[in-house]
Amino acid sequence: MRSIFTPVPPVSDEPLVQIRDLNFAYDSRAILSGINMTIPRGKVVAIMGLSGCGKTTTLRLIGGQLRPNSGDVRVAGQVVHELDDDGLYRLRRRMGMLFQFGALFTDMTVYDNIAFQMREHTDLSEELIHDLVLMKLHAVGLRGAHQLMPSELSGGMARRVALARAIALDPMLIMYDEPFAGLDPISLSIVGELIRKLNDALGISSIVVTHDVQESLKIVDYVYFMSGGKVVAEGTAEEIKHSKEPFVHQFVWGEIDGPVNFHYPARPYGAELMEQPARPQGWWS
Amino acid sequence: MNPAGMLRRLGRSVTDRVWRLGFASRFLLMTLLYSGMALRRLQLTIRETYFTGVLSLIIILVSGLFVGMVLGLQGYDTLQRYGSSEALGILVALSLVRELGPVVAALLFASRAGSAITAEIGLMKATEQLSAMEMMAVNPIARVVAPRFWAGVISMPLLAALFSAMGVLGGYLVGVQLIGVDEGSFWSQMQAAVDFRQDIMNGVIKSFVFGIIVSWIAVFEGYDADPTAEGVSRATTRTVVTSSLAILAADFVLTAFMFRGL
Repeated sequence: MRSIFTPVPPVSDEPLVQIRDLNFAYDSRAILSGINMTIPRGKVVAIMGLSGCGKTTTLRLIGGQLRPNSGDVRVAGQVVHELDDDGLYRLRRRMGMLFQFGALFTDMTVYDNIAFQMREHTDLSEELIHDLVLMKLHAVGLRGAHQLMPSELSGGMARRVALARAIALDPMLIMYDEPFAGLDPISLSIVGELIRKLNDALGISSIVVTHDVQESLKIVDYVYFMSGGKVVAEGTAEEIKHSKEPFVHQFVWGEIDGPVNFHYPARPYGAELMEQPARPQGWWS
Repeated sequence: MNPAGMLRRLGRSVTDRVWRLGFASRFLLMTLLYSGMALRRLQLTIRETYFTGVLSLIIILVSGLFVGMVLGLQGYDTLQRYGSSEALGILVALSLVRELGPVVAALLFASRAGSAITAEIGLMKATEQLSAMEMMAVNPIARVVAPRFWAGVISMPLLAALFSAMGVLGGYLVGVQLIGVDEGSFWSQMQAAVDFRQDIMNGVIKSFVFGIIVSWIAVFEGYDADPTAEGVSRATTRTVVTSSLAILAADFVLTAFMFRGL
């Protein structure tokens, strides 16, 4: 893929996102315990871990969709959960988020999806919006698809359109929630390449929540590993690849057994086989 | 199950419903509060009015015609026993503008448009479109919910009026054209007996109230749906069932106030 970008250096050395002693629980169920993370400007940082370990919850806390029980998330120096609605919306205008399956608006064309934020938040003329939309789509290689509906796109194309939508207002931070999930190898490489190049070209910061170790280690600068709502390891891509930490090693190399057991916790096998089967639930059974 | 357990379950069920009603009321308040965008950017509401109102026209018009035709047949059968078949126009018109027009149109509206609104908003939630909108600093209640709510409120009285008009036409076709009731009596008695304020305006008020009820339930159920296929399906069902019961209950209350002077 030929690059159309010229890298822009980051403006300041101060971290864009700082997470300090973050705790979060749904009712009494603890999801995150004492999370600390730093996302420097201009870097691509991955948050990895098993399903249900709290990665997406962390993203939602950064975006202000959830409020922490204690601790705080600072984005560009502002404590997210202390902002009022207007302040939060002002901050979000400078953030982009790519959802797991794109979350494109299904009743709008690709063009209108990209133009959505421009129409909502700016007074730009339709002529200017037209040019900007085509530029954003060109950046992800889908200028020719601007008239299609989301239902006419493949999974990889939908993800790229969502990426173009995420950069519509030139944000300072883009958060990616499982950007590689369910993609074929070519789309996977394209999306990975785009994340890196957009980050460098636009001088933004990126947080990538993912399971895909091989693809993400190619493009990220730093990795946080989470397990059970805690950060259990962190380091650069190279450090992670060569880590001797059992959990990280098992995760990176996809080993079946290790600190993460193949079996879900259960009572002794023999004892359970000898028991009477439980009655089916529900009045109809 | 022991009595204490049953009592606990009953108590929890009642408490849950009260909480849900409170949540729904707050949601309605938020919808009204954020209605500025829906009214300022009228094209959003007009677009939704097309989907909820215009696309419901077929079912409303056809149903209205058949209900009117049945009223013509049944009304004539009863009235001719007392030698007053000329009053068929009054019977058809009053039945329609006072009761059947607003109530049946609202029931059909809840099934056709209410369920569609719930399913659409529920699926937007399940596919994270509402979350995406929030993250783009666009309030989904202002952008998605309020235009649909107002579209329903605007559409309902118009659909009820069309339902009644088609019903009168159906009654005319059966009563006058098929059975042979005197055409002059049919229309003149109808004109003399139907009062604009007492009958037509009260019918319009009813359909306006039903529009608020159906739209409120539909948008709330969609927004509150569990973001799964089963959750959206249950929310859609709840919209139709709750709306239908609420329409019938509200109809009784409104009728009591309007026509009995309570």
